[in-house]
Formats: sequence, structure tokens, C-alpha cells
Amino acid sequence: MTSHDMRRSKNRRGGRSLAPVLLAALMASAPAWADAAPGATACTGCHGPAALGSAIPSLDGHAADEIVTRMHAFRSGERNATVMDRIARGFTEEETRAIAEWLAKPEAARHAQP
Amino acid sequence: MPSRRALIGGVAASVAAAVLAAPQVRAQTQPHVIVIGGGFAGASCARALKRLDRDLAVTLIEPEAAYLACPFSNAVLAGLRGIEAQTFRYDQFGDIALIRKRAVAVDAERRRVRLEDGTDIGYVRLVLAPGIDLRFDALPGYDEAAAAIMPHAWKAGAQTLLLRDQLAAMPDGGVVILSAPPNPFRCPPGPYERASLIAHYLKTSKPRSKLIILDAKDAFSKQRLFEAAWQELYPGLIEWVPLSSGGRVTEVDPATRTLVTEFGNHKADVANVIPPQRAGGIAQSAGVADQTGWCPIDPVTFESRLQPAIHVIGDAVIGGAMPKSAFSANAQAKACAAAVAALVRERPPAQPKLINTCYSLVAPGYGISIAGVYQPRDGLLAEVEGAGGASPLEAPLSVRELEAAYAEDWFRTITSEVFG
Ligand SMILES: Cc1cc2nc3c(=O)[nH]c(=O)nc-3n(C[C@H](O)[C@H](O)[C@H](O)COP(=O)(O)OP(=O)(O)OC[C@H]3O[C@@H](n4cnc5c(N)ncnc54)[C@H](O)[C@@H]3O)c2cc1C
Repeated sequence: MTSHDMRRSKNRRGGRSLAPVLLAALMASAPAWADAAPGATACTGCHGPAALGSAIPSLDGHAADEIVTRMHAFRSGERNATVMDRIARGFTEEETRAIAEWLAKPEAARHAQP
Repeated sequence: MPSRRALIGGVAASVAAAVLAAPQVRAQTQPHVIVIGGGFAGASCARALKRLDRDLAVTLIEPEAAYLACPFSNAVLAGLRGIEAQTFRYDQFGDIALIRKRAVAVDAERRRVRLEDGTDIGYVRLVLAPGIDLRFDALPGYDEAAAAIMPHAWKAGAQTLLLRDQLAAMPDGGVVILSAPPNPFRCPPGPYERASLIAHYLKTSKPRSKLIILDAKDAFSKQRLFEAAWQELYPGLIEWVPLSSGGRVTEVDPATRTLVTEFGNHKADVANVIPPQRAGGIAQSAGVADQTGWCPIDPVTFESRLQPAIHVIGDAVIGGAMPKSAFSANAQAKACAAAVAALVRERPPAQPKLINTCYSLVAPGYGISIAGVYQPRDGLLAEVEGAGGASPLEAPLSVRELEAAYAEDWFRTITSEVFG
């Protein structure tokens, strides 16, 4: 068994026993996508709820300005990245702002029931 | 004949009755959206639909009790991971009606899906996410019986374990041959990640063995990164034979584990044949696949170009520049759900923007990635210029380690979003 494996199986066991808590956390931060800015819903493929405890930072609880500034730094290469520099360059300043504002909304405000 | 509305209502009610603990269906007028296929695309889409509009009745049709994920299944082959880590049960789908049956036909005109037991269900919009079928008619000698001897392992599960066990049983000094298909196919970097992890296994357990890749192409995804890593980690172990050097396999003989190319015959101790593919069978019978075997779609709504009110997502689509990956399938699913939710309520769909990031492991703790950003252009999903690309060719080991860790965390995050 590799160390990665061990970490993973530990995580899975933890996930099982904590299932109700984790599920609640996932639901609490689960966005609704009705008014999502173009591109915004793809972010959660990697950036999960903070409760998952991933090495990839969670986007929960960040202010829109903070996300915009960071994306700008990724785009310009000012901030080191593995992949976010390559992704950030695919979005204009306006698109980035719209995504950041959507991500920064409290969960209830992201829900838009018709 | 009852009216269509009554039929749809009746269907929503019978769906609710068929599903344990399903919430009460509110009204006869609740629009019913059906999703066929509970993979990365379909399961993501069903969830997104319900989240977007809780007044939609959403039904997910998936015959299997558990999903077996392909990403990281190459690590299972190399003995680095158990198959349990790839297995996700369908038991966290809340108020989505889950039907454990295979869909066998779609009547696009009457908007009805038929299940294997003969049940007939109506929809206002249908999302097809059946993944791929391996073509057992494209490579002479390679049919389902041959796959029991020369596994493809391109759908995770029994095939993965078969190939793993064959590798484990092979004596040191054996020859493993991997045959890679022409484009397009599921997971463009997948065969080369697989070659890398098999090489890792051979190097550590059977160092006198050799791995030959017979390729129907002259170039592949993340090629420079893979080749540089192979030189560094597995010198002399992997031989890549491109199309132009006779790499294309034209026939196989399972009895002797022989792969035939225009340039000669190769005899393997273990043969992994990844055959050509097409959209899952239900796409052909629904009439949404074209002569290529894949499904043309409108890149804004993912609605089929061939049939109205049927949307197609994931590996089954002609995705333009977007590769057939789990990440793409999940991103497309969410964009498609937004379009379907808008169309059902007669609102205009928004222009989507999509992302893909695919990680590959070259060895444990050594990860590389390729990413892209996509948007509709000229009727296809086109890459946004100036963005995306592969990991840098020159990078310290710490970057490769970080990408390997991110790969694992991506898998954990996406599977918890998709399967609960
Ligand atoms: C070795 C390997 C490694 C990979 N690694 C990665 C990776 O690292 N990252 C990445 O992003 N991608 C990876 N992929 C690709 C990824 O697995 C696919 O792109 C992804 O599974 C596509 O999702 P899908 O939902 O379109 O299809 P699938 O995942 O195949 O799901 C289709 C579902 O539909 C169901 N179905 C089919 N027909 C019917 C029917 N008639 N009725 C009802 N249900 C039906 C099936 O049972 C299945 O559950 C890899 C693939 C392979 C083979």
C-alpha cells in the first residue's frame, strides 16, 4: 500500500462514519446554478466544500475581491500555480468578476427558484 | 389515448411509487426530465437539475447498483490501489427518482423512454449520458470473447481486475503490449498514463520485462511530458511505435495473443487492446448519433442536432476541442442542466463557458496535467486561445508531487460531488 492509498482509505473511512455531518456540510455549501456566471459551475469539480479537507483550497467563504485579485495574479503569472495560471487565462476580467461574485454569494442567495 | 400531460403526470407518480422513500410528487403538472446513464455526466446532471429547480421531477435511469470509476483505475492495474476505491454506490440521490433498469429505446417523437422490462416513461426533455460502447466490429479478431483474453480495461470493473491479474501472473521477462486506438476515444492521455503505471509495476516487480505501445496515431496528449518522464523513470522499458512506424494494429488473434500490424506480427504475454469506440448504444437507437458513431450537439444547450428535446453530454458527444474526460463530463452536465432548466421554463439559455483539467500519474507521487477553457464557436465547443495547455516540461520534482496530490484530491472532490 502506498502512502497515498493509506491517506485515501483513511479519508474514506472517515467519510463513512462522518457521513451525515459531511453530507450536511456538502448540502450547506452546494450552490444552485440558475444564475451562475458562465464557467462558475466548473470550479467545484476541483474546489470542494471546506469539510472535505482537500489540498486543493476550498472556495468557501472568500470575498469576491479576494477571488478576483488572486485570479488576476494567476493570469499575470505573478502568483505561482500548477494549473490555475492556465485556467485563469481563459477568462476576461469581467467574466472573472462575475464568477467571483457568484462564488462569494451566501448559499441562499445563489438559489434562484423560478 | 390519454393526453400527453396526463401521461407525464401518471409517469411521475409511478416513478415515485417505484422509488423507496421518494418524496411525494407534488402536482400532475410537474415537468418531468429523464436522465439516462448515471456516470460522471448523467449523475452530475440529475443533481444539478434538481438543485436548479426543485419543482422539476428528475428521474435517473441507471441499471448498475454501483458505479465503477475509470479515473485512477490505471493505479489499480499496477497494484497501487484497490478496486473498492473506484466503487461508488447509488444510494445518495435524495429526491431524484432512481430507476435501476436499462433504457432500451427512445421514441423522440412521442417523447418516451422504454425500459428493459417494457415500462414506458414520458418526458418533456431527455438527457442522454450513456458513455461509450467499445466497438467489437472494428478490429478483426477483437470481439467480446477476445476481450476475455486480451482485456481492454477501458470500462472499469471486471476488465480492470482481469488485466491486473494477468500482469501479476506474467513471469519476469515477459512482453506486455498495449494497443492504443485512433482519435477520438475516451480519455486521450489514458493509454499513456496506463503505460507509465504498468512500467512502474514492471520496474519494481518484473524488471526484465518490456512494454510495447502499438499506436494508431503519430502524436498523443501530453506526449513530451510522458516521453521525458519515461526516459527519466523507465529507461529502455517502454517502446512507443507510432502509426508511421507500423503501430496501427489491423487484426488480433486471441488464441496466440498476437497483434498484427502492416509491418509484422507481435506476440504478447499480456495484451491490452483498447479498441475504437462510439457513443453508448442507446444513443444509436435514439437516433442522436451520426455516421461517426458520436453525437452532434448544439454547444450552447447540448441539445442533439438530430432529434428535438434530447440533450447529450459526456463521452458520447462530439465535443469539439473538449476531450472525453470525467472532468469535461461533469462540467458539461452542469452547463446542460442550466440550459434544460431554462428551456423547460421557456427562458433563453445562457452562453456557457467550460473548463477541463486532466491529471495523469506517471508514477506514484509524479503527476502531470493538461487543462483547457472552452466556449461555443462556429457551432462547436472551441478552445479559448491563450489559455490551457500542459504542465511545464521543466519542473522540479516538488511540482510533480503537488500535481499527483492534486490529482487524488480532484478525484475525491468530484466523486463526492457526483455520487454523494
Ligand atoms: C483508464 C482510464 C482513465 C481515465 N482517467 C481519467 C482522469 O484521470 N480524469 C478524467 O477526467 N477522466 C478520466 N477518464 C475518462 C472518464 O472515465 C470518462 O470520460 C467518463 O467516465 C465519462 O463519463 P460519462 O458519464 O460520459 O460516461 P460513463 O462514466 O461511462 O457513464 C455512463 C453510464 O451510463 C450507463 N448507461 C449506459 N447505457 C445505458 C442505458 N441504455 N440505460 C441506462 N444506463 C445506461 C452506464 O451504466 C454508466 O453508468 C479515464 C478513462 C479511462 C478508461
